Formats: sequence, C-alpha cells, structure tokens
Amino acid sequence: MKAEQTSMLAAEGLGKRYEGTRVLDGVGFSVRKGECFGVIGPNGSGKSTLLKLLSGVETADEGTVTFAGRTLGAFGRKELARRMAVLEQETLPPVGFTVREVVEMGRYPHQNWFGEEAEDADRLIGAILDKLDLSRMAGRTLEHLSGGEKQRVALAKVMAQEPELLLLDEPTTYLDIGRQIQLMDRIREWQAEAGLTVVAVLHDLNLAALYCDRLLLLHRGRVAGIGTPAEMLAEERLAEVYGIAPIVTAHPALGVPQVLLRPGGWRGTDD
Amino acid sequence: MALLLFSIVASLSLGSVRLPLTEVWGILIHHVPWLSGLESGSWPEQAEQIVLKIRLPRVALAIVVGASLSLAGAGFQGVLRNPLADPYTLGVASGAAVGAAFLLLTGIQFAGMGQWTIPVVAFGTGLLTLALVLRLGREQGKLRMETLLLSGVVLQAFLGSVVSFMVSLSNQVVNQIVYWLMGSLSLHGWPYTAALLPYLAVGFVVLVGCSRPLNLFALGERQAAHLGVRVERTKIVVLVVCTLMTAGAVAVAGTIGFVGLVVPHLVRLLAGPDYRLLLPLSALLGAVYMLWADTIARTLLSPTEIPLGVVTAFIGAPFFAYLLRRRKSGAGRAG
Repeated sequence: MKAEQTSMLAAEGLGKRYEGTRVLDGVGFSVRKGECFGVIGPNGSGKSTLLKLLSGVETADEGTVTFAGRTLGAFGRKELARRMAVLEQETLPPVGFTVREVVEMGRYPHQNWFGEEAEDADRLIGAILDKLDLSRMAGRTLEHLSGGEKQRVALAKVMAQEPELLLLDEPTTYLDIGRQIQLMDRIREWQAEAGLTVVAVLHDLNLAALYCDRLLLLHRGRVAGIGTPAEMLAEERLAEVYGIAPIVTAHPALGVPQVLLRPGGWRGTDD
Repeated sequence: MALLLFSIVASLSLGSVRLPLTEVWGILIHHVPWLSGLESGSWPEQAEQIVLKIRLPRVALAIVVGASLSLAGAGFQGVLRNPLADPYTLGVASGAAVGAAFLLLTGIQFAGMGQWTIPVVAFGTGLLTLALVLRLGREQGKLRMETLLLSGVVLQAFLGSVVSFMVSLSNQVVNQIVYWLMGSLSLHGWPYTAALLPYLAVGFVVLVGCSRPLNLFALGERQAAHLGVRVERTKIVVLVVCTLMTAGAVAVAGTIGFVGLVVPHLVRLLAGPDYRLLLPLSALLGAVYMLWADTIARTLLSPTEIPLGVVTAFIGAPFFAYLLRRRKSGAGRAG
C-alpha cells in the first residue's frame, strides 16, 4: 500500500510587487508533510518576501498559497497560529518578561479570551524548558540573557505553539557554527518526534544541504529550480545564480554536496 | 486600594479648614446608602457641607482624571512600544489646547452649552488631532509606529505654536489661557466627573481585554502577528480608546503632565511588565497620585492654588529619578 504523501503547504503562481518593482513572479512549489524544505537564493531574490506570503503577514498580488488543503486566507489569525509558527532571525528584544512567561506566550493561539486552555499546558512547558536546557533560568528575565540563550527561548516559544508547520527565516544569521548546529539539530529532533514540516529560508548553502530534503532555488523572484541538494547545488547552476565560481564537492562523511568558495571571479549577476 | 481609600479620606480632611480624619470617615460612611446605620456620630453641619459639597467632587474628579491619564499612558506605551510615550505623544493634548485657547481668546460661547463649551470643544479638537495623526501615520494601509510618533511630534509642535500665537495675541486673557494649560481641578463640580467617567470605564474594560495582546506586542509586532494577534486592529482600538480618555481628561482638567508617563513606569518598576497587572495598578496609582498632587496644590500655599501641572511635575520628576537610581544600583526583579 503506497503511503499518501500529503501536501502540507503549496504555492501556485505567486507574484508580489512592492511599489512597482516586481519581487516575486510565478513562484510555485509543494511541500510534503514531514519534509524539511529549504529556500535558497542570493540577496534580493525574494526569499523574505516569499516567507511573508507563506506566513500570511502579507497577501500576494497574484497566485495562491494553500495550507493543509485550504487557502491561506480562509484561516483566522489565531487558527493559523495554532498550526503554523515562524522563527525569526532577529533575537527577542530584551523585555522584562521571564523565560517561562515568554515561552508561555507561545500558547496564546490555543488560549481563549481568559487565557485558559482545554488542557493544562504547564507540563508541556516544563518539558520544553527541560529539553532546551532552560529550566535553570526559567525565572530570569530576558534582558539578563545572552544572545544564544535568547535564541533557545525563541525556539522554546515556537515549540510551545505546537504547530504542524514551522517556517524559519534565516534563523542562523546571528549564530556561531556551534549554535547553528545545535539549533538545526534540535529542529530535526523535533521533526522526528512530532512529524513537523519545516520550510526554512537559509542563506548558508552547506547548512541547507546538510539538513534539507529538497531545496528551492530562487533567482530574481523566479524559481530557478526545485530538487534535492545534489540536484540544486551544481556548479554551473550556482555560478549562474550567484555570479561566482564555487567548487562543489561531496561531504566526506555524509556524501551530500558542500560548496567550497574561492576568491576572485565575481562576474556580477546583472541585477 | 486601601491606599486609595486612605488618600481619599485624608485629602478630604485637609484644607483651609482642617477636619479630623474620623469625622470625615464618619460623614462618608453616613452617606453611603447601605452603610448609614453604622455611623451616627455628631459633627458640625459645616463640616458636612465642606466635605460633601466642596471637597468630595474635587476628590472624585482627581481620581477619575488621574486614572484616565495613567491608563492612557500605559496603553500608549504598550502599543507604540516606546517607553517615552505618554498620552500627549500623539498631539492630542495640543489639539485640545488649541480648542480651549481659541475659545478663551475669542470669548465665544456656544449657546446652550455655557460653561461646557470649553470642555466640549477641547475634546473635539483633541479627537480631530488624532484623526489627523492617524492619516499621516498610515503607510501602505498599515499604521507604522515610527511614522505615527513623528507625525505626533510634528503636530504637537505645530499646534503648540498655534497656542503660543494665540497667547501672544491676547492681552486680557493670557492668564486664563496659561492657567488652563497648566491644569486645574478647581471649581469643577460633579458634572465634570460624570462626563469623564464613561470614557474611563469603557477605556478600562477595553484595555484590560487587550492586556494579553499588549504583552505579546512587547516581543515585536511581527512576532505578535505570528502568534495570532490581529495587530492592526489592536493598534487602532488601543490608540482610539486611550485618546478618548486623554482628550476627556485634558478637556476637563487642562494639560496635566507627568502622570501618564511616570505612573506606568512606576508600576513597571514595582510590579513588572505584565499588562494584566500593569493596567489596573496604573489606574489605581494614577488616581492616588493625582489626589495627593491636587491636595498639595490647594493646601500648600493656601489660599493660593498652585497649578496642578506644576505640582505633578515637581513631585513626579525627582521621585522617578530616585526610583531609576535605586533600580540601577539594586538587582533586577527577583526571579
């Protein structure tokens, strides 16, 4: 019996304009449930805009986004937040709320007007804090935490949201290589445990190759290709899109393609 | 709350005629319909007159104005995500001042409104100012907070200069205009309190209903949106409601500064940033603060009355500075 691969998130013919400039044009793809789908592309290719359209904070000028079988517009804001969460690249501001209070904010979409929920969430929050090693500092306010600790709190908050789909907006931008691996490993663990679907906008191609099942390459607002990392991270394709001539080699331990840079050779991409 | 109650009684007892606290308490209880049996001591008729007819209305007004301004300040700070925001940031007070100054300058009084003319017009011009600021602050169909703040600052400056212009034109009424600007609760009876009360009540209920979204706002507008908050709607609701309270307070009492800015911060320093606590505590503390400020204003240099705005600034600024220093040297909030 063939397992049905349900589409969690799909886009068709997406287009978006900002003050006359076309930022996205005819973007279409489909993400399967449980998949880790990466979106890569150079600066200005429209990755952030695409994420804004997928999360519903902005509406597309053309095309549709379908989430769990319904168009995005058909979801109420809270209803959407119960099933879709976004992890931003900016760290949380240094507010005076404690770690526990911030993680509890992740439960907002599941709470009614009085702040109550169907099931008590204390245990869930306690488990999340334990898993991310935040229990010791549960009572400390955010303004006293380091950047790395705040990033774990941000992850805990989206975990508390218990979504089916997680959108990542270049979450590793401000993290060192150790914290990058830690974050991506934790997300992968979460995926394995809960069947979470992930759509990640990443600028680091090697990280994308290591963690994503499929990649969408965006170039000047258009889809330049969709496929496995092996298919997408090919030297000619990268040269055309990024304007440099990198070397693509196989990862010694894992076999996935890794991109090695070499100085010189910037041809420009006539943007 | 106990503090408020005590403050009320104390304030009622102080004045050019000092009345004993117990006497005041007795008079009050006697007049609460279902408690009157408890107290039937004797006190001079004159005392009762002073408490009920002269001082109590003023006390009530002080409470309502103080609570309104503090709530509005807390609301503005939450939605503008700016700790320097106060109820006057968006230029509402300047708008109301223009209305009041104009009336004082020209001596116009609308028939049938009599002494209500100034408050009503001031309220109207205050609201107009908000509408203008909202128009200016709208970008691509969304309210951008930075643009809103800038529009407010610009409008405040412009309207302030209009008021100054009117002041310069007038000879006889300069005093009146300036006095109005500095804020006063004198000679304002129950009707003023009754007029402001509905705005305060509605404002309080609406804001408390928005406390959790306001908490989420602290993380950033986009984060709040991702958690399911209807960001644009919340912004407008909070802004309108807070402006109504501010315009009402200013229309009734003049521009009294430092309450809307200092009280919410005070509460934050004492009780943390959670809006579910911040809002009710700000209202209470604002009421108490205003009450004491007004008491000082009318008793310190008796029989002269110091303008209320002056007193609030004189008390508020140094006290706030003291609290900031204590916070810096001490630890943060206990974990």
